[in-house]
Amino acid sequence: MSNLLEIKNIKKVFGEGTVNEKLALNDINLELKGGDFVTVIGNNGAGKSTLLNCIAGVYSVDEGSVILDGKDITKQPEHKRATNIGRVFQDPLKGTAFDMTIEQNLAIAYYKNKPRGLQIGITKKDRDFFRERLQLLEMGLEDKMTQKVKLLSGGQRQALTLFMAVIAEPKLLLLDEHTAALDPAASAKVLELTKKFADHSDMATLMITHNMEDALHYGNRTILMKSGQIAMQLEGEERAHMTVEKLIEKFSITSDRMLL
Amino acid sequence: MLITYSALLGSIELGMIYAILALGVFISFRTLNMPDLTVDGSIVTGMAISAVICSHGMNPFLAVIGAAVGGAIAGAITGFLHTKLKMQAILAGILVMLGSYSINLRIMGKTPNIPLTKSRTIYKIADEILPPKYAGIIMGLVFLVVVIVLLYLFLQTRLGLVFRATGDNEDMVKASAVSCDAMKLMGFALSNGLVGLAGGMLAQNQAFADINSGVGMMVIGLASVILGEVVFGSKTLLRRLIAASGGAILYRILMAQALYLGMESTDMKLVSAVIVAVALTLGLLGEKGAKITKKRAKKTGGASNE
Repeated sequence: MSNLLEIKNIKKVFGEGTVNEKLALNDINLELKGGDFVTVIGNNGAGKSTLLNCIAGVYSVDEGSVILDGKDITKQPEHKRATNIGRVFQDPLKGTAFDMTIEQNLAIAYYKNKPRGLQIGITKKDRDFFRERLQLLEMGLEDKMTQKVKLLSGGQRQALTLFMAVIAEPKLLLLDEHTAALDPAASAKVLELTKKFADHSDMATLMITHNMEDALHYGNRTILMKSGQIAMQLEGEERAHMTVEKLIEKFSITSDRMLL
Repeated sequence: MLITYSALLGSIELGMIYAILALGVFISFRTLNMPDLTVDGSIVTGMAISAVICSHGMNPFLAVIGAAVGGAIAGAITGFLHTKLKMQAILAGILVMLGSYSINLRIMGKTPNIPLTKSRTIYKIADEILPPKYAGIIMGLVFLVVVIVLLYLFLQTRLGLVFRATGDNEDMVKASAVSCDAMKLMGFALSNGLVGLAGGMLAQNQAFADINSGVGMMVIGLASVILGEVVFGSKTLLRRLIAASGGAILYRILMAQALYLGMESTDMKLVSAVIVAVALTLGLLGEKGAKITKKRAKKTGGASNE
């Protein structure tokens, strides 16, 4: 099976030529196949978010290329890439339009790769489809579709954002610590949903997490980043036998936050 | 000491026109969440185009459409300066407002004033076919209702939904594969298109166009939007559109009343500014008040736990 996402020799420097110059990504290579669910760990400043932002097009890369589903998207602007990329951020406020209703938010996400003109924004068919699919979340949101998003809890909102990220069937799902701001129960719930949605052979998933337990428990591969490079990739048997303690020992991880 | 019935009718007639201005301001200030000073220029662009077309004896309905197009072009220029040349929205608006003064003067053939007393206008047509006492109001109402209905329908289309989200959350709009720049550009054009339309109608209503009549129009629109929200509420989209329009009509009536009570017409701009300042402060106090009560609730909640 061919690669869904190919990252070739990506390099990204911030503040080039200034005293604050920082090599954020140093020659990163990564390949993801359909159905892959890769978790990303690493200290603060290791380049995890920068990597995701370079893939999503928030930052342009200085060198290297990003190829998604056989197409070179390195030069595409953020909103163009978004047709095939779903994203969820750490901040639950970032993924939804808070002053609009759940169904309006869903409709905006749903029509992501269809022409947007003067067609009716939400048809009855869309509504039925949303209601049916929202039941997957098991949060009762299907009965609150005309409620404004600002009335939802952080967990509900993040689940909705995740749902919006996958509703248009993207090729790639990028999750940047999307459960970090949630309480443990909500976090577990959103992670289970993530697992459910990521199990899709036409989509690959990249998830940054600070929780090493989660990083090893979810997905089929784990990569550890250090100073802008991929320090280690874990998969198969080796990953199955890896524990948080062994990881810490092996890579002398210093941040307490990663142990949470 | 209330204004006379005919003065009331006059205020409502004028209010219908200012309601369209208020809807334009609503688009930029509330939907896009950006104050846009282009308004003070684009309304005169609308007046100028409308007056020139009417004074040449052409169809006055064509004149108001031309006025709307002229306003939209001014708005698109502001949008271009803001999105493509990365200027602050407020500065982009000020630049276009300033620059449009010269353009408007050129449109008007370098005279600061065009009278329309002898030209055919939509209001004169209305007088011929409708009962004269209410003709102006009905004509204004027809335009206003058409604008509200079209705007309401547009804001519920696929495009309209993303457009509304732009003022809420730009990241989400980008993540939905839509260019925020395109949405803002469209918003500025749409907003000022409505303002231009209002200008075009205003010139025909008062039967003249004056190069200096744009001063403070944005603030009047803003005052109408805020007044409408306070008086008529802002629960649903349709309600918000009607509230902005109602606010504009109410504003005209209040102004007429103030004049009737002996206020100088030259002081009216100060009154507009004060209304906006007070209304915005009240909104701020409202937010603070909510925070204080929340804190109190938390405190008492904490105390009961101990």
